[in-house]
Amino acid sequence: MVSIRRLLTYVARYKAMLAWGILCLIAANLSKAVVPWILEQTVDGLAHGIAYPLLLRLSVMIIAAALLQAGFVFAEERLLTGAEMAIERDMKNDFYAHLQKLPLGFFRENRTGELMARASNDMSIAVSTSLGICLNSLNTVVALIVILPLMVRLSWRLTALAFAPLLLATIATMVFQERMRSWFEKIQESFAEICARAQEVLEGVRTVRTYTQERAEIEAFGQIHRQYLSHNLRRNRLANMIYPAMQLFVGLSFVAVLWYGGNLTASRNLSLGQFLEFMVYLGYVAWPMHELGSELASFQQVAVSIDRVDSILSLQPAIRDPVTPLAIQAIQGSIEFRNVTYTPKGTNRPTLAAVSFHVNPGQTVGLVGEVGSGKSTLMDLIPRFLEPCSGAVLIDGYPVREIPLQLLRSAIGYVPQETFLFSDTIAANIAFGNPEAAQAEIEQAAITAGMGPDIAAFPNGYQTMIGERGATLSGGQKQRISIARAILPRSPILLLDDALSSVDSYTEEKILARLRHLRQGKTCLISSQRISTLRDADLILVLHDGRIIARGTHHELLARRGMYAEMYETQLLEENLAAS
Amino acid sequence: MIDEDNNEEGLEEGLDKVYDRRLIARLLKYLFPYKWSVIAALVLSIIDAPLAIAGPLLTKAAIDLFLLPDPSRPPAGYVLWLKQSADLVGLGGSKSQGFIFIAALFLLCNVVQSATQYLHVVIAESAGQKAIYNLRQEIFSHLQKVPIQFYDRTPVGRIMTYITNDVDGLAEIFSSGLIAFLSNIAVALYIVGCMLRIDWSLALMSCATLLAMTGFAAWFRTIARPVSRSFREHVSAMNGFLKEHLTGMQVIQSFNREAEELRRFKHVNDARLRAGMAALLRSALFHPTIAAIASIGIALVLCFGGSQVMRGIISLGTLVAFIQLAQSFYDPIADLHSRYPVLQSALISSERIFSLLDQPVAITPTENPAPLATAHGRIEFRNVWFAYHADDWILKDVSFTVELGQKVAFVGLTGAGKTTITNLLLRFYEIQRGRILLDGVDIRQIDPVQLRSNFALVLQDIVLFSGDITSNVRLGDQSISEERVRTAARAVHLDEFITSLDRGYHSEVLERGAGLSVGQKQLVGFARALAFDRPILVLDEATSSIDSRTESQIRNAIQKTMVGRTALVIAHRLSTIQSVDKILVIHKGEIRECGNHQSLIAQQGLYWRLYRLQFGGKPVRDAEIA
Repeated sequence: MVSIRRLLTYVARYKAMLAWGILCLIAANLSKAVVPWILEQTVDGLAHGIAYPLLLRLSVMIIAAALLQAGFVFAEERLLTGAEMAIERDMKNDFYAHLQKLPLGFFRENRTGELMARASNDMSIAVSTSLGICLNSLNTVVALIVILPLMVRLSWRLTALAFAPLLLATIATMVFQERMRSWFEKIQESFAEICARAQEVLEGVRTVRTYTQERAEIEAFGQIHRQYLSHNLRRNRLANMIYPAMQLFVGLSFVAVLWYGGNLTASRNLSLGQFLEFMVYLGYVAWPMHELGSELASFQQVAVSIDRVDSILSLQPAIRDPVTPLAIQAIQGSIEFRNVTYTPKGTNRPTLAAVSFHVNPGQTVGLVGEVGSGKSTLMDLIPRFLEPCSGAVLIDGYPVREIPLQLLRSAIGYVPQETFLFSDTIAANIAFGNPEAAQAEIEQAAITAGMGPDIAAFPNGYQTMIGERGATLSGGQKQRISIARAILPRSPILLLDDALSSVDSYTEEKILARLRHLRQGKTCLISSQRISTLRDADLILVLHDGRIIARGTHHELLARRGMYAEMYETQLLEENLAAS
Repeated sequence: MIDEDNNEEGLEEGLDKVYDRRLIARLLKYLFPYKWSVIAALVLSIIDAPLAIAGPLLTKAAIDLFLLPDPSRPPAGYVLWLKQSADLVGLGGSKSQGFIFIAALFLLCNVVQSATQYLHVVIAESAGQKAIYNLRQEIFSHLQKVPIQFYDRTPVGRIMTYITNDVDGLAEIFSSGLIAFLSNIAVALYIVGCMLRIDWSLALMSCATLLAMTGFAAWFRTIARPVSRSFREHVSAMNGFLKEHLTGMQVIQSFNREAEELRRFKHVNDARLRAGMAALLRSALFHPTIAAIASIGIALVLCFGGSQVMRGIISLGTLVAFIQLAQSFYDPIADLHSRYPVLQSALISSERIFSLLDQPVAITPTENPAPLATAHGRIEFRNVWFAYHADDWILKDVSFTVELGQKVAFVGLTGAGKTTITNLLLRFYEIQRGRILLDGVDIRQIDPVQLRSNFALVLQDIVLFSGDITSNVRLGDQSISEERVRTAARAVHLDEFITSLDRGYHSEVLERGAGLSVGQKQLVGFARALAFDRPILVLDEATSSIDSRTESQIRNAIQKTMVGRTALVIAHRLSTIQSVDKILVIHKGEIRECGNHQSLIAQQGLYWRLYRLQFGGKPVRDAEIA
């Protein structure tokens, strides 16, 4: 119910628009209700003799009513659907704004595709479909309120007789729709099975082909596919009953009117014109009544979508600005980890266990270890993308969770392991952290990151578009732009998470040399699987299974003949081999 | 051009009428096996059409015969026929009897119409769903035949959309669309026919209304199309923005760009709303205008027909019938209009599906394949050159032979070309130069399915399918008995583990083998290779570390599986490399050294260095952790 209330707060913003729309809806129904009356006047007039000018006037009245009705329906549609779209826009804005506040962990647990489905499908079902149902139902109800008295005016017995089958139809539709839902679910399930099977076979295509099982797989797929087909055929036989059945109900209603109304007309209790008028009225309300039933029944599906959207909007961001932020203006850059442990949600294996170290401003720390040893987790804890489960991360002696988020993050230049660039120009991507940066600054950053010559080679230079519709860059080029982006804001802390993995060692050497110059006065954390990257760090931490198993300078670690030395030798050997 | 993502807009531009017609013709072929169903549905829907407008006609009869009989004009046409029928059944006497007769007739029409409607919809939809089934089955089968390169360049998620979204996009036109299209036209024509029968001058006037409606609908499409396309473009732009920003959220947060990005999102979202409003302005026009045209038509009929009634040219019943018939025009026109976008998107889906089905199948079998029942297992590479992309040679002039029953190991750095050799041997890719021979026959002369049925493959990452353990060992091959599956599992020491499970060999394997350890999955792979009992084993050893107990089980499994077979091993394990007959050292796409372990070590060349790199020393690590 909370979720419906949330929807209502959006609806409230457009109450004027909606109110005008509903007024138009009522007006449209009223102008529609005039037409049968005019028909009655005409037909009865014709039956008893009528002057031609009057006939002309009545015809003109029908046209006038039709035009009025068209105008009102147009205005109503424009206002109500317009409000619907505006509500959807507002909700999407809030949805996106809310997602921006959620921590990294959320995006690791929820796949982008799933979130997209909620933002597009579920949201439009939650807004358009639910409001659509409400407004259609409202339209039916208004039509009934307007037309029912007019019918009763002609004959209440005839009205009762005509409505009995319609009421039955509405109820029958609701019950039927309810029953169909279980079928719908069954079909969804067997469709999911088809998808799962197909996906498996497509992923294991080499195995299937090597063991020459193509035929068997096609047959196996066909088997569950046939199951799906037979469910569908059976659903088909059932579901298609509803429309003809409704037609029969509506027909019954007309039969009743034809029989009883005919008798009433014959006995002069009803004029021929009134008889016709009644039939036209019945035509107006018969189908909407049946639709009312199916719409009321589908509301439950809407509720599911509303809940799915709401479950995200009501998430409290786990990482928020401190309640009482520290009153500090600038960050010097010392970093300290005190016994930090981080265990991802849903697992009991810490990716970082009891890690402690200290870096002075201006120092460089190297992190080395295999894939999954905890280097990225360690980095992510500094800008508070993740929150430690125990222990504390301190910058300049202050716990990071007490530093205003904005200040904290603006003090950190971060190059994540997975390079991500936006589909925008190269210049805009480099200036991402500082949109006001001058062209000279952008170019300087690009040159430092070793991207200068590459960009100069593009026909559009810094204005080259990146991404799906633009230039395709190599992994190394993307990484270097990502580095340029991180160094442009001149923040006191620089985090490079395996940021040179796609760059060859010759280029890497040159970039490192330039960075070394830039690094002066900056605190720097560099992680890498390649030891050559870290050789001249002030401190190297060797991580294994989330623990620091050794620390020291390059020479100290080599002298200890541990895992570090082993990795170093292996890499030397490998380089040597690759060169031969 | 399979791998173009958002080409819907571009496609729509290119869809000219001729092209549309070709697509439709090709789609109709899928309905051909069900032609009798389609014809039956069509016939039923044409029977159904006149019954749908029985109401106005019966009302006219009721008026002319019983309510307001005009003595100056004796009943004619179907009204006369109805009167005679009423007299025949003895219900023509009084007015109230007459109403019973008319009402009963109307009820009968209704029942028959509901029944025919039900039948034609069910028949048509069943045919459509069977056609869809065949199409999806064809796509799936085709995917089993397209070259492996197709899978290299198309992510599985994208391939899945062919089987799911695109096929579903066709469901509507296959099941109800076609029939509905024709039956709407039938209804409209039938209305016109009835009108002409009753009174041609009023009929012509109503036809003018009909023409105005269809003319407006056609014109409307031309004005609505650009705005609705622009709306779709804005929707996909916004989805693109959202997808990109959700993926790059870490970057946004780390550069404090939340406020700015929200502003940009709002901008995109507002543009979408504006485009939506522009589209709405058009679409909101359609129904009221069509309804207004219908009402104007009625007013004209009333005015013109009324004056004819006054002059006694037509009966009042005729006028009433015309008014009701003119109203019936509205439904088929509106329904046709609402089906148009569905047809459009179906054509886009079919375009995508056909472009997949038109992908050539992997390797066209040779004209006269060499007869090769079961190979013995002698393999020869003769000056083989191969590149995945032009001129980027992965293998350069590689030649070697593996004699019958020989065990050969390939050693080299990652990317040296070891896996490529096995891929070429199974003919997943075609070589550019040189020859590959199996038992002296060029593999291009052998039917690929026959060729592959000589190999058992154990890859690093064993693919497990949902199903029980037995079905994962024998895959789809029912000729492998459960007993043979058990024997194979026993041979690789997997039996003990399997029988410890609740349902033994019939225990379900969870999605992607969750619940089994890496080592156990490997053992299933070996059991599979043993159960299939093929003359040549191709083994890509797993590099990942496994506990020592499983390690020894795997070592044993490798030995067992290699017995009596020709074996090609991409070796990562010391035990394997020491027990093979020959080691080939691959480096940068070339065979650099060849020999057995001892001789190669003695050379102190590449192998000696690789050996130290891949199999050499790990003694220090444990000490360090402690």
